[in-house]
Amino acid sequence: MRHFKVNSDGSGLAASDVAENFSDLHPPLSPAQAAVEAARCLYCYDAPCINACPTSIDIPKFIHQIRSDNLDGSAKTILSANIMGGTCARACPTEVLCEEACVVNHTEGAPVKIGELQRRAVDHLLAKKGPHPFARAPETGKRIAVVGAGPAGLSFAHRAAMLGHDVVVYDAKEKAGGLNEYGLAAYKMADDFAQAEVEFLLGVGGIEINHGQTLGKNLLLDALRKEYDAVFIGAGLTTTRQLSAPGEALDGVRDALDFIEDVRCASDKSKLKIDDNVVVIGGGNTAIDAAVQAKCLGARNVTLVYRRGPEAMSATGWEQDLAASNGVVMKFWASPKSFSGSGKVETAAFSEMREQGGKLAETGRNFDIPAGLVLKAIGQTLNEKALDGLKIERGKIRVDENYRTSVEGVYAGGDCIAAGEDLTVQAVEDGKRAAHSVDAALRLPKSGDLR
Amino acid sequence: MTDLGCTIAGVESINPFWLASAPPTDKKYNVERAFKAGWGGAVWKTLGEDPPVVNVTSRYGVHRSFDRSIIGINNIELISDRPLDVNLREIEEMRREWPDRVIIGSIMAPLDEDAWKSLAIRVANAGVQGIELNLGCPHGMCERGMGSAVGQVPEFVEKTTRWVREAVNLPVFTKLTPNVTDIMIPAGAAKSGGAHAVSLINTVNSVIGVDLDNMVPTPTVDGRGTHGGYCGEAVKPIALHMTAEIARHAETQGLEISAIGGITTWRDAAEFIALGAGAVQVCTAAMLFGFRIVEDMNDGLSAFMAEKGYKSIEDFKGAATTRTVDWNALNMNHDLKARIDDDACIECGRCFIACEDTSHQAIRIDAKDDGGRKFTVIDDECVGCNLCMHVCPVKDCITMEPVDTDRPYVTWPEDPRNPLREAAE
Repeated sequence: MRHFKVNSDGSGLAASDVAENFSDLHPPLSPAQAAVEAARCLYCYDAPCINACPTSIDIPKFIHQIRSDNLDGSAKTILSANIMGGTCARACPTEVLCEEACVVNHTEGAPVKIGELQRRAVDHLLAKKGPHPFARAPETGKRIAVVGAGPAGLSFAHRAAMLGHDVVVYDAKEKAGGLNEYGLAAYKMADDFAQAEVEFLLGVGGIEINHGQTLGKNLLLDALRKEYDAVFIGAGLTTTRQLSAPGEALDGVRDALDFIEDVRCASDKSKLKIDDNVVVIGGGNTAIDAAVQAKCLGARNVTLVYRRGPEAMSATGWEQDLAASNGVVMKFWASPKSFSGSGKVETAAFSEMREQGGKLAETGRNFDIPAGLVLKAIGQTLNEKALDGLKIERGKIRVDENYRTSVEGVYAGGDCIAAGEDLTVQAVEDGKRAAHSVDAALRLPKSGDLR
Repeated sequence: MTDLGCTIAGVESINPFWLASAPPTDKKYNVERAFKAGWGGAVWKTLGEDPPVVNVTSRYGVHRSFDRSIIGINNIELISDRPLDVNLREIEEMRREWPDRVIIGSIMAPLDEDAWKSLAIRVANAGVQGIELNLGCPHGMCERGMGSAVGQVPEFVEKTTRWVREAVNLPVFTKLTPNVTDIMIPAGAAKSGGAHAVSLINTVNSVIGVDLDNMVPTPTVDGRGTHGGYCGEAVKPIALHMTAEIARHAETQGLEISAIGGITTWRDAAEFIALGAGAVQVCTAAMLFGFRIVEDMNDGLSAFMAEKGYKSIEDFKGAATTRTVDWNALNMNHDLKARIDDDACIECGRCFIACEDTSHQAIRIDAKDDGGRKFTVIDDECVGCNLCMHVCPVKDCITMEPVDTDRPYVTWPEDPRNPLREAAE
């Protein structure tokens, strides 16, 4: 477990401490460590780890290729199933996916470090900056628009380009990568990895990215449908949920994702000012990323408040431990009631909660926490206004098993669809499978065509 | 109380662990460290006539398993490259300073009676407790008509053994090369020549690997490589077989065996002793881990003997020899079926794929209610080959259960299915 430098006595952190805090969360395995780790893999048949991976990477095969010293082949095995294998190696909650399924848990009490081995192979290939490992099929002449350059959109774009189509990606932000670039803790994606991965992925050819294009503003779905043979929406969830608590508009009450983005974009993180008292509200990995990064920047008191108990948090046990062991105070069974302060937030008020007949209820007891910065990590919702004409179901775009929306020629995947699990790896899988679905549709003879 | 003391070819030793003639026994400094660590004896690195040989640089190559541990070494080093006088003086000193330890003098000479006899006499005069004839070195020396070039010709084995017997009044160990088609032939020749014991195996001729960047075998000497002698854990099965053959056959009865070949732990040593060895010699394990490896060899062997109630090495020496037989003496009616312990199974699927792809398609996978996989042996297809048990990563998860066939012990020569069956009368 990584232990960051924290400001425990109030004297603050030196710039070098902050810089060190934002170095790689897990340093990469050395070749010797990788060899030892790879040797632990049992090379299972029809391995449980493969089934636990949303992208079905052939894990025993890629680990075997590491031990046979075929690192290029290993990386290709990974990337052929998951073109963002590099980000997933860093950001996947492997402890609840492949590594939870690893049978070595039963023999040795700890799984093979699949994520770290995956990183070893992919980083090796990306660092070589050699020719792109995948070739494009003969060009089809079909043009596909992709909305969103996040994991779903880019995964779609890469696979569609491989299948021979021309892809034009539209994204609202200045840089491609979506949450890989803007939404993960900086120490998980050290050394500008998200951009390195985008550059690698575009190496396949046939993909163009247009930035500063926001659906519903300067980008319209109808226009895309007219111009392109198909449209894929991987726009994610861009509207921040509101607490609807008094004082929420006060200065200092922010969306945790905006905070994470600020940290990611700061070239010198020691220049970022952080309040002494930070309160994070939420129970997911975003809440943990915000809370731990606040500690890394030198915040003295960071309290993560969640309305239920630890077992209900969507952040994994490992993420919770990372926060707790770095001095984040975890406060469970409490819900924000109001925020107050003169000019900016100074106090966050909470009510204690309990479960009553399966529902959350206030106990009637309240408490205050001093807070100069409140970070809301209570989830994002779909920006429905931009998706005129698409059927929405329980707040997500409705798609069928082939990722088709209710509008012909329009497909969707990633966090914006119902199956979205808020996981990069699921978004990558959605993009990949949607690309095959679009490809199959575009290759069908049109009704009325002469056979 | 167990006693690790043993006697082989009349040579008494405080324990059965000697260092084999090899780099670790090249000089007093090393042998002294070995004796301090607890080795019962050392066969000094092979001595030849002066002037001493000259060795090349780059001498060892290794064979690794996936986990990078070394399972075999090959070497292209020759015999001692130090003057004979220096070696003999150090042997004398060691004999004086360590009276309870064994030093055997290993010698090698061209195929010439005077050469062998005079060398044997000089070495005997240094006070060694026995002479070992190096007839096995499969690299370098054989190109000069020595080592395996002698050991591979039964007549030469007999002759050189006899010469040394005639020259000295000491126990004579003839060290055999495994690079022959039938070990019984040189072993028989050694016996005919009067050897008290055979030491085996010397190294197995080998090319350990190829440097694919430079397209040259390893170890590499200035852009070229040569075959060398292979030793270490990987050669143990070859040595066990040859030990068993000599121990169990009438024509080599009375020949004592100083076993060599990949002995790394006390268990390896116990297996050689069970097949008929009187004592063992070790080299690779010491080269890989240092002389302290003998501590657990002594300790583990004592503990094993105490647990089994063996008071001395003699108590279990050759205990498995009579059960080592020709294939034709095996029971054709014996039947085993694999059994998989569901509670111990970790669902890796290794047993299934091994059986499915390469054996008898005798394991079935069923889905379990919890989403897992249940592996079941199909008795009608299982031939009891053991493969699934061996590939299973969980100890004792797969066991082989004898089937009560109620049929008698029938060997192939007696089996009705044998078209060439001898008339059973």
